Amino acid sequence: MTTITVNGKQHEVAAAPDTPLLYVLRNELELNGPKFGCGLAQCGACTVHIDGKPARSCSVPVSAVKGKVTTIEGLGTPEKPHPLQQAFVAEQAAQCGYCINGMIMTASAFLAQNPKPSEAQIRAALDGNLCRCGTHMRILRAVRRVAA
Amino acid sequence: MNLDRREFLKGAGALIVSFSLPEIGFAQAQDARLQQLDAWLAVAADGQVTVYCGKVELGTGVQTALAQIVAEELDVAFGRVFMLMGDTALCPNQGPTVGSQSIYRAGPQLRQAAAEARRTLLELAAAGFGVDAAQLKVAEGVISAPDGKNVTYAELVGGKKIGKTITGAATPKSPDQHAIVGKAIPRVELPAKVFGAHAYIQNLRMPGMLHGRVVRPPMPEARVERVDEASVKSLPGNVRVVVKGNFVGVVAEREEQAIRAARALKVQWTQGVELPKMADMPAFTRATPSRSRVLVENGGVDSALALASKTHRAQYYVPHQMHGSIGPSCAIASVTSDGATLWSPTQSSFNLRDAVAVVLAVPRERVHLVWVEGSGCYGHNGADDATADAALMSQAVGKPVRVQWMRHDEHGSEPKGAAMVMEVAGGLDPQGNVAAWDYQVWSPGHAGRPAGNGPGNTLAGAQLGLPDLLAPAGADRNARSTYVFPNARVRLHLLQSTVLRVSSLRGLGSPQNTFANESFIDELAHAAGADPIEFRIRHLKDERAIAVLEAVAKLAQWSPRPAPRGGGNAGSVTSVGRGIAFVHYDNYSGYAAVALQLQVDRASGKVSVERVACAHDCGLIVNPDGLKNQIEGNIVQTLSRALLEEVKFDTARVTSLDWQRYPILRFSDVPEEIAITLINRLDKPSVGAGEPAASPVMAAVANGIFDATGVRLRSVPFTAERVKAALA
Repeated sequence: MTTITVNGKQHEVAAAPDTPLLYVLRNELELNGPKFGCGLAQCGACTVHIDGKPARSCSVPVSAVKGKVTTIEGLGTPEKPHPLQQAFVAEQAAQCGYCINGMIMTASAFLAQNPKPSEAQIRAALDGNLCRCGTHMRILRAVRRVAA
Repeated sequence: MNLDRREFLKGAGALIVSFSLPEIGFAQAQDARLQQLDAWLAVAADGQVTVYCGKVELGTGVQTALAQIVAEELDVAFGRVFMLMGDTALCPNQGPTVGSQSIYRAGPQLRQAAAEARRTLLELAAAGFGVDAAQLKVAEGVISAPDGKNVTYAELVGGKKIGKTITGAATPKSPDQHAIVGKAIPRVELPAKVFGAHAYIQNLRMPGMLHGRVVRPPMPEARVERVDEASVKSLPGNVRVVVKGNFVGVVAEREEQAIRAARALKVQWTQGVELPKMADMPAFTRATPSRSRVLVENGGVDSALALASKTHRAQYYVPHQMHGSIGPSCAIASVTSDGATLWSPTQSSFNLRDAVAVVLAVPRERVHLVWVEGSGCYGHNGADDATADAALMSQAVGKPVRVQWMRHDEHGSEPKGAAMVMEVAGGLDPQGNVAAWDYQVWSPGHAGRPAGNGPGNTLAGAQLGLPDLLAPAGADRNARSTYVFPNARVRLHLLQSTVLRVSSLRGLGSPQNTFANESFIDELAHAAGADPIEFRIRHLKDERAIAVLEAVAKLAQWSPRPAPRGGGNAGSVTSVGRGIAFVHYDNYSGYAAVALQLQVDRASGKVSVERVACAHDCGLIVNPDGLKNQIEGNIVQTLSRALLEEVKFDTARVTSLDWQRYPILRFSDVPEEIAITLINRLDKPSVGAGEPAASPVMAAVANGIFDATGVRLRSVPFTAERVKAALA
């Protein structure tokens, strides 16, 4: 049986070892933050942190997860929000919001490494995350608000 | 999370108000519940107001904007209004959530319902106080008499029903009395989205639920010959194969097991029908059998063209494009011998319920559709199909089934935006004004949504051989020019078949028709040696149209000169240009003008849109920030469609099956700035904003590329490869 640590808690996992981490997070741990978008590591909707680094949970087999997993539920809560979560609300930076998990998880890992990025660096950091509603301008404003 | 709205509603005592609504149609007007005092809004014992709304939230913010309208008219705090949307058992049928109609059509319905409720409450209070209702004041759900006595809405009706029929006598507030409408109130559901708590359909889990996946035919009209059930027999998860007609699916206990089984299942299909070659599409489209209709005929176009000082003719093409929801479609169904419950992110709760009832061969009275928000759809994506898939598989296995489409299902199977050809001929008089305008469009209908009479508009229904239909709506959207020309003709050639399955994509035919109309007016402005904005205004009479063009010129600091820019770009590796385009959406709705600045890298052909300015008039503004969010989304999404997007297919099927093969705009390529001027018309009805600003974008880019390079591109998308070839 595989054991993983998610948001500070250890979980024994019933899924087969080759099951993508995303399905374990969503279906066994009933976490709703990471989303299924493509299953191909192309869109970023499923992004989580593993030991603080962004990872595409749709493409990581659960048995390969050795580090500590953080999902957006573990990043912040309405009572103790992460600054990016506050910024996304302040900038009203969502339309359908399906991609937003990936935006916040990617940006939070990026800002932890580079707290004062340039505009070009922010855009490059988010380039692998797709948004279809066209909320990019607001997402950029929200990230800038925290980076400033 | 497990969510059952009936549970949720328990104990919500109700003041139920209804009124007769000419717009909701005959079938619904027949609905006895709507004829009685019922189902528009309810005041609970704790003062919460529940609004039963037939429209749904698609990520556009209507949930918030419609709640503002209700709170305004009812005089309750905004936070006390809860919108219950799209549930066929609880909500009135206000028609599907399409065509930027929610604020325009459902807004007045809810406004009137709230005004009637307020009036009823005041009458009740007046009777209790023994005073005239006109003497009462109301604020935040508290009614006060002149002597200081007061009573709350909850005290009056909380937990009670009032069997009153609407009189039609309540008058909604005038805009100068508005305190909630017109405010940038933050989106109600947005915080849950940034904390990972939002109840998307993808997050619903039902007890005992199984996971389903579909196996689609490899070619159009291929039929099931043989399904080898043994090919999945040894796989884990108690895999069950569902075959009905040409529908093939698998159901398993765990999601990853269903995915594996769908991959492993061996199905032999008959040879289907081959698709035409992509490169032939413009000619193929024009040659497709069509029904022709003259939409506009004034003056004598043929003689005016013959007499014109200068004439010009051009053909434009927009290929199939896709909705490309970031979350592939998902639905859950529980079908038992008693009937069916569907949890669906559909835009069309009632019509889809009716269609699925036919697919299941169950009376529609026994089908309950519970709407749950999904990923943004921008029109008719795979949501309805996934719902029918889940229903059919649940019926087959007798358990609740969740169907989550894979990425290749959504890209491959969602109904596509139509490919369209437009041709325009124009003539100038000696003064350089347009003397003749002859417009033709070849398009299929854009409305392939499921309904009771079109159950085959779901893939599952089609695979059972049920009838489908493609309604003509959208083909002519913005085919008619807003400009006033002395001699004009507009013809529609409504195609009788399509290459790929087609249905409504944001704007339907409007972005395509506007691409042609607004490119060609630019081409004529060039032929006349005129500034493109001045040339447009010269041919307009509609004051609101002129106003958005003037506003965008100011916002973009537009200085008049003819295109192309010419000398300014000499000797430079990159060419800078500016483009303008305008739409009066659907010839009745909102006005949007877009001016943009772009750069063309002459070596690679890459087009970078740097700055966009938009002036927008959709009448009375309900929520200015929600409106800006929609405008920005329209612009960015349509820049993506203009620069990058074309659904590719081989002779058998769509090959754009993921984001590598159907690229969309990324952060590094979105503009530096999108500046917006909102024109608020207090005296005009609020119309929708989900589409207007999208329509001018393709033409604005094409016009900008012409301004930068002197080269005219008439086929979308303007990929680097194409621009480079055009510059060579």
